[in-house]
Amino acid sequence: MGGFTLTHFLYLLQATGWTVVLTLLAFVLGCLAGFLVMLARTAQARWVRGLSGLYVDVVQGTPLLIVLFLIYFGLALFGFELPAIVAAALSLMIYCSAFLGEIWRGCVQSVPRTQTEASECLGLSRWQTLRDVVLPQAMRIATPPTVGFLVQVLKNTSLASVVGFVELTRASQVINNSLFQPFLVFGIAGLLYFALCYPLSRLSRALERKLNGGRRQPA
Amino acid sequence: MAAAVSLRDVHKRFGEVEVLKGVSFEVAPGEVVAIIGRSGSGKSTALRCVNRLETIQSGEIELCGRRVDDPALDLRALRRDVGMVFQSYNLFPHLTVAENITLAPRRVRRTPPAEARRIAEEVLARVGLSDKIDAYPEQLSGGQQQRVAIARSLAMEPKVMLFDEVTSALDPHLTGEVLKVMETLAKGGMTMLVVTHEMAFARRVADRVIFMHTGKVWETGPGSMLADPQTPELKEFLANGL
Repeated sequence: MGGFTLTHFLYLLQATGWTVVLTLLAFVLGCLAGFLVMLARTAQARWVRGLSGLYVDVVQGTPLLIVLFLIYFGLALFGFELPAIVAAALSLMIYCSAFLGEIWRGCVQSVPRTQTEASECLGLSRWQTLRDVVLPQAMRIATPPTVGFLVQVLKNTSLASVVGFVELTRASQVINNSLFQPFLVFGIAGLLYFALCYPLSRLSRALERKLNGGRRQPA
Repeated sequence: MAAAVSLRDVHKRFGEVEVLKGVSFEVAPGEVVAIIGRSGSGKSTALRCVNRLETIQSGEIELCGRRVDDPALDLRALRRDVGMVFQSYNLFPHLTVAENITLAPRRVRRTPPAEARRIAEEVLARVGLSDKIDAYPEQLSGGQQQRVAIARSLAMEPKVMLFDEVTSALDPHLTGEVLKVMETLAKGGMTMLVVTHEMAFARRVADRVIFMHTGKVWETGPGSMLADPQTPELKEFLANGL
């Protein structure tokens, strides 16, 4: 049994890199899927709205860890033995898509209905109206909560440790198993998470302030 | 000549409430028709049915030879013929005045950017706002925003224009500058259907006035009918309004 050395710290830093990689992977995939969920949630056809609403409810009502187990262990039964990072990214993508889809649905619906009417009265199609009129306005509203949600995603990547993906949490466990200095090792891991999350939280808040003080259409 | 707009026995319900109870009227090409009446008389709803912002339960609506109540109607084709200006302007706040005006020409007609810009300059000149072409809506007064909204609609060269209480959000001074633009349009031969509370405008500019009451066309006639109301309802409306 030895002390915590620079080698250990570099190992944690490397694992932090994997945490960032997994976060970005999950977030990018989750944004793409979340966009589709948002489109489905605001669709004209009632059954599309209903079905996507069910999807959102199921995912939001299921622990992310269970989703991860289903994908990692469950799919293996059917012959899909996914690498841990793929299973983790897929699970987080599903998680992101449900939450981001719902956040963005709210933002799209908060753009006044009259904007859509004005656009359609000018002869723009539904898709052109969404792209040129609704989404640019919704995106400004959506940016602060979306960046804020990125913090949740980043912290939840720690769950990937249970399927053996060596990110920051898993790396800390490995080191602690040999050093038995949980306060020191997990304390450092916690600080590293904080160092990643805190700037994002601040950014989210700054964006919100900018939004509230920024351009507003008079009634 | 065939009517530019015609409504025949139009019925419209919102749930249990019947807001239009058999409305019929026509607007001839080049004619300016003002619809007046109390809040809740159905005048705005009638207007919104004309370009199918609302669908109707029964009756017939025709606009420039096109059946508006046809479920298979090509909505985008309809809206190339008819422009609309709203009480709340509804400019796109994230776009400049030029972008507000050129969006539809560029997207719907595929007008090249330089040509679209030229159109924007031309319609802005018509509403007297050439110097505001690169401003954002929030930098303009209410009256200026409404004039930009009119210009935006003009850029698509509609055959008929609908005005839905376009001065109701403005103070008297700003109301004047918007009405002046509308009067110029009317003199230029534009077919206009104008829902308004401006009795002076209705009397002076409109070729015909329609008084709506409880979902029906109650009284109709030339602008001078406002000086000589036939029904007690119009009499009362005018007495309270002026």
